[in-house]
Amino acid sequence: MTVLEFRDVHRTHGDGESAVHALRGVHLTVRPGELVAVMGPSGSGKSTLLNLAGGLDLPSHGEVLVEGVALDTLSHRGLAEVRRRTIGYVFQDFNLLPSLTAVENVALPLELDGTGIREARRAALSALGDIGIADLARRFPDEMSGGQQQRVAIARALVGDRRLVLADEPTGALDSQTGELVLRVLRDRVDAGAAGLLVTHEARHAGWADRVIFLRDGSIVDTSGPLASVTDLLEPTP
Amino acid sequence: MSIRNSLLALLERGPMHGYQLRAAFEASVGGTWSLNIGQVYTTLSRLERDELVAALPENDEGQRPYEITARGRTELNQWFATPIDRADRPRDELAIKLALAMTTPGVDLASVVQTQRVAGIRALQEYTRLKVSGGGDPDDPSWLLVLEAMIFQTEAEIRWLDFCEATILRKRTVPVPKTDAPVAARQTGPKVAGA
Repeated sequence: MTVLEFRDVHRTHGDGESAVHALRGVHLTVRPGELVAVMGPSGSGKSTLLNLAGGLDLPSHGEVLVEGVALDTLSHRGLAEVRRRTIGYVFQDFNLLPSLTAVENVALPLELDGTGIREARRAALSALGDIGIADLARRFPDEMSGGQQQRVAIARALVGDRRLVLADEPTGALDSQTGELVLRVLRDRVDAGAAGLLVTHEARHAGWADRVIFLRDGSIVDTSGPLASVTDLLEPTP
Repeated sequence: MSIRNSLLALLERGPMHGYQLRAAFEASVGGTWSLNIGQVYTTLSRLERDELVAALPENDEGQRPYEITARGRTELNQWFATPIDRADRPRDELAIKLALAMTTPGVDLASVVQTQRVAGIRALQEYTRLKVSGGGDPDDPSWLLVLEAMIFQTEAEIRWLDFCEATILRKRTVPVPKTDAPVAARQTGPKVAGA
């Protein structure tokens, strides 16, 4: 079963001579338990790809399927439901609601989806605990550093049963140690059965993925799967 | 890399025979580098010749432990106190290869860069996997230090490749004839393997 599938996806902005081809014929599948990193220079189509995967944008041609359902066939309401239940987003700007505490921010998507407040809060607290910030549960966003807010945003993206986690430079505002913690949490969630798509320009972060795809001018030009054995990479004995 | 100094450092913990030294070395580098036992014994005999270690009587299993001498300790302290000279390291083969690729007719420099980049990313994937699986002794974080050194070096190499591609390669692209077409449609960019 594929969680995310791109079938010959094109995304063009504008038309005629001034058309900009953000994506050109992308094919991609991401399965449960698989973390795929997307790398490429600025303007190569990384963010467009992520927005299409999350149903925040629709293809000009081709199909994007999440758990077998083509997103462009869904009603506005159906699409909102998939975005709320199935997909978790971690974007560069964390978008926390300033009037809600950390735990309330994290619980919000569950509550919107009909989970009882008590249960939603319990799940939110556990998600905050997973990322090492349970003690910040009662803080408001303006009482937290940028790094702390980013971790709350990540907890919100991972709370509940999200089968597809989309991350756009999720460690941007974080120091390297906290950044590593975030990637570990993402990796754990994927190992537990979610599918993950990680956009990054940091090679070190791409190292956490099972597969790395390289975008150039809207097309996938290369893919790096893991090697069979680490021994191929070890330094030769002198 | 000095196996000689590594063995001296390990013997500073106490006397060890060859197999113990090999195991201690591999534990220190988290299995990122394996020594063959022949290398260990060859190095030990040179260290003994130079009076930096001394052989002790064989144990019941017929294994001969070695201990560090005062002279060996001086040499070891000297090693730790002296920075590694960059000029002593092997020349960077990759930099030489790219420089030659730039000036050799018929070589697609962008492909050379991309091939190396993919290899680097694969290496990072494997190092990260090793790190996550906790390949070394959790009570001895020295292996993590070695692994992180390899991660940082690979990361630096990939950044350098990105830099090469963004600056040097762009200058080499064939100039596009002037037309009225918009810039986006005329962008050629470097050609990449598999494109």
